[in-house]
Amino acid sequence: MRIVVAKPGLDGHDRGAKVIARALRDGGHEVIYTGLRRTPEEIVRIVIDEDAAAVGLSSLSGAHSVLIPRVCDGLRDAEINDVIVFAGGIIPEHDRQSLYDVGVRAIFGPGTTSTEILEFLSTLDERSESGEPVGVGEEAGWHW
Amino acid sequence: MSDSIDLLQEARDGNRRSLSKLLTLVEEGNPSPVERGTGLSLGITGPPGVGKSSLIGKMIDVWVDRGESVAVLAVDPSSPRSGGALLGDRMRMTNADSSDLVFIITLETRKHPGGLMDCLTPMVDILSECSWENIVIETVGAGQSEIRVVAFADRILLVDGPDRGDIIQAEKAGIMELADLIVINKSDLPEAERAAKAVKSGLSVGEDETTPDVLLVSAHSGEGIEEMVDALANTTTSPDRERLRVRERLISAWDSTLLTSNELENTLQELEKGSITLQEAVDCIRKEG
Repeated sequence: MRIVVAKPGLDGHDRGAKVIARALRDGGHEVIYTGLRRTPEEIVRIVIDEDAAAVGLSSLSGAHSVLIPRVCDGLRDAEINDVIVFAGGIIPEHDRQSLYDVGVRAIFGPGTTSTEILEFLSTLDERSESGEPVGVGEEAGWHW
Repeated sequence: MSDSIDLLQEARDGNRRSLSKLLTLVEEGNPSPVERGTGLSLGITGPPGVGKSSLIGKMIDVWVDRGESVAVLAVDPSSPRSGGALLGDRMRMTNADSSDLVFIITLETRKHPGGLMDCLTPMVDILSECSWENIVIETVGAGQSEIRVVAFADRILLVDGPDRGDIIQAEKAGIMELADLIVINKSDLPEAERAAKAVKSGLSVGEDETTPDVLLVSAHSGEGIEEMVDALANTTTSPDRERLRVRERLISAWDSTLLTSNELENTLQELEKGSITLQEAVDCIRKEG
């Protein structure tokens, strides 16, 4: 799978994102890492230009409830409905449902194993093969 | 095929998603709807860590300031172990992601056992057909296969750093002979001038009008970038260099035939067992091709 790993906003810590990027690579995926401090608009553009199937958003700064929905909206506005959005970092439990509601399909917090993320990605493959919704613009409801 | 014609039409009208979808199709080996060999490209290569991506980031700024569009095909090596890839070139070209005049797509080498040559030329053609004015192919000049990728470009820029060690790598790899222009990046560092002199003196043995210029630039401060962009626009390639490139392209095509041969796996097994000689193996694959 071709996956963009992105750091939205002013958050300057990307050790986590880099570890994830490596784990995905070692799992056989093609990963495009954006680097730090990207705007939601830039991230949407990168997903489009790179023809990515999924985008992982890493946020540690507390701005997740603003930035992540903007990326999701941006993708839908550009009619990119089939791209999968997942998130990671420090995202408290009570903020998660609202992110699932805007189309995020998984949120991985501290302590997640790389195996679990790879399992999530292969579940996505199975789901999209059987026509079940996984994309950001497809029917919400299911999440990891 | 009809899919790709539709996508091309939409891409011509400025739909970026259709463009990237079309490029993916072609990358996966589907036929291109654009006539082969119609686009021109600039190849940029050099040893790892000399600042190629940062430099391209600055070149993009110059082109965009002048109202010119630019598309970058960033070729990244992939992990031979897992088959996955971590592509980080984009992170050095950050200004690029907010302008409509810029399009960057990252390619990994893994998906192409026969090398990238089969898809690179049609990708350049498509970008050119869709009116992208400057088309750049970026590769790490660290090995033979990367040189062969860059040999598919119409003009070649070699980027080097201020450490003498870098250029020796480039010489070893045989890139110097292919370059139309050489720049020493990181001119803000004290050793840069000396590196430029060393490269010049290396080139000047048997110097004639076809010897490439050596310029100093800094992707950090932006110094010399405009001059470099102008110099590139005015560079013509010499027949000698063109011949060397054609040679690299032929070798690349040859490799591709070998690596995508149906007999490859069998032949490798036979060789492993020792039941045939190398010469017999070559003959066998040639017959099949």
